[in-house]
Amino acid sequence: MTVSDAVVEKRRGLSPRQRAQRSRGIQYAVLIVIVVVAAFTANWGQIASVFFKPEFVKSAFTSGLPGAFLKTIEYTAGAFVIGLLGGTLLALMRLSRVAPYRWFATAYIEFFRGLPAIVVFVAFSLLPLAFADLVIPLDPYGTVWLALGIVAAAYMAEVIRAGIQAVPKGQIEAARSLGMPAGVATRKIVLPQAFRIVLPPLANDLILLVKDSSLVFIIGTSAAAYELTGFGRDLANTESNLTPLVTAGFCYLVITLPLGLLVRWLEAKAARAH
Amino acid sequence: MALVEIKNLHKSFGSNHVLRGIDFTVEQGEVVCVIGPSGSGKSTLLRCVNLLEVPEVGEVFVRGEDITDRDCHLDAARQQIGMVFQQFNLFPHLSVLANCTVAQTSVLKRGKAEAEQIARANLDRVGLNEKVTAYPMQLSGGQQQRVAIARALSMDPALMLFDEPTSALDPELVGDVLTVMRKLALDGMTMLVVTHEMAFAREVADRVVFMDAGVIVEQGPPAEVIGNPKEERTRTFLRRVLDPTHVEPTP
Repeated sequence: MTVSDAVVEKRRGLSPRQRAQRSRGIQYAVLIVIVVVAAFTANWGQIASVFFKPEFVKSAFTSGLPGAFLKTIEYTAGAFVIGLLGGTLLALMRLSRVAPYRWFATAYIEFFRGLPAIVVFVAFSLLPLAFADLVIPLDPYGTVWLALGIVAAAYMAEVIRAGIQAVPKGQIEAARSLGMPAGVATRKIVLPQAFRIVLPPLANDLILLVKDSSLVFIIGTSAAAYELTGFGRDLANTESNLTPLVTAGFCYLVITLPLGLLVRWLEAKAARAH
Repeated sequence: MALVEIKNLHKSFGSNHVLRGIDFTVEQGEVVCVIGPSGSGKSTLLRCVNLLEVPEVGEVFVRGEDITDRDCHLDAARQQIGMVFQQFNLFPHLSVLANCTVAQTSVLKRGKAEAEQIARANLDRVGLNEKVTAYPMQLSGGQQQRVAIARALSMDPALMLFDEPTSALDPELVGDVLTVMRKLALDGMTMLVVTHEMAFAREVADRVVFMDAGVIVEQGPPAEVIGNPKEERTRTFLRRVLDPTHVEPTP
């Protein structure tokens, strides 16, 4: 085959652009088929009445949804504070010059990151059985904050450690050359910059925490302490209809979507600063 | 008593023996410029004076106190030694004013009002009194370096260390920083300057120290060391620095 033969051969096939067009055409065709089949086969009336019945949406709001919404925020906020304080402490321990502190922090982080959060919650639900006279203060907040915070601290510790290590060495040198002791330099110079660096990933952890707060129902709180998932599940059970749970689900989005926007805004801001 | 006295200083990074026995003093009120090719150990020597680098062998005395002694109050010693870095190292999360007050309030325990007054006076000294509320990122390199000088001066140091303070600057900004340093020298500040600015060294220094390969090759008044060097290594270095486009004739 000569060179001119090869060119002719190539012309007979499709050009890359034509091939891409054909591929896109096939994808649209498949999509249209699926939509048409779904539209004609599904029982839309039933689906709407099980998942999106307006009267149940209304009854959800009157029978305690706002309270559950508030509880979700309260549980998350408290756990975030514990996670942040614990995470900072663990991060500093991981970077400590004292080896046992490093060992402890590493073991803690690896353990609680590797464990499903649900296991921690099951453990907390069993604690009162195992220790009859154990009292965790601020019931039920104390238990919830502790259970969520213990796991969150492990995740945040790694984020904060990365942030501390991302602060340029020259910053510490400048602080120390001004006579600041190591502790003051860490507090005044390193940590403020480290937190600025890790703000976007920390906000991401906060989103995960909002969702993890749904695990609270495993601890078995009273109805008054229900957060969104517990509330939606309970009401969906009594009404034999999924609408309350779907409504609760949308409430999570009301919290997490703005947080997601916040993360993106923080990331864009951080990108501009560099 | 010399303000700084260094005895038999040795420092290695791994197998790289950077300082090979340095003996050296700085007197009160003296301006000493350290020159030499890159890798000669001049920056390391400077960083040993406030123990940002810890030497393996040798002693560093500041006002008669051995700061390499493990029982020495190093933080207290460092308060008397201001340091200006090549990369400025301003604190980016603090305003210009806060950069100059943070160590005053947290280390010297000065009140906020007093610290700000001192900071403003020093920012005035470096010609940046209008920039107190700005953040480092909003300043040019030359302005940042002058803030760094004001930050160090705000601690009332007895000695100022300058580690190639103009090497990271655009050429047109070098002059402002050198002007501030010249003024500082005229005010009687004791200064130890690692620099490549030969004109500055010649004009401002009381003494020039030429280092190469981890040792002090020669030192003396600038007219001698730069004007009429005794050592061949000094002559070679100065030829390269003062006439960088010169091509050595091939024998």
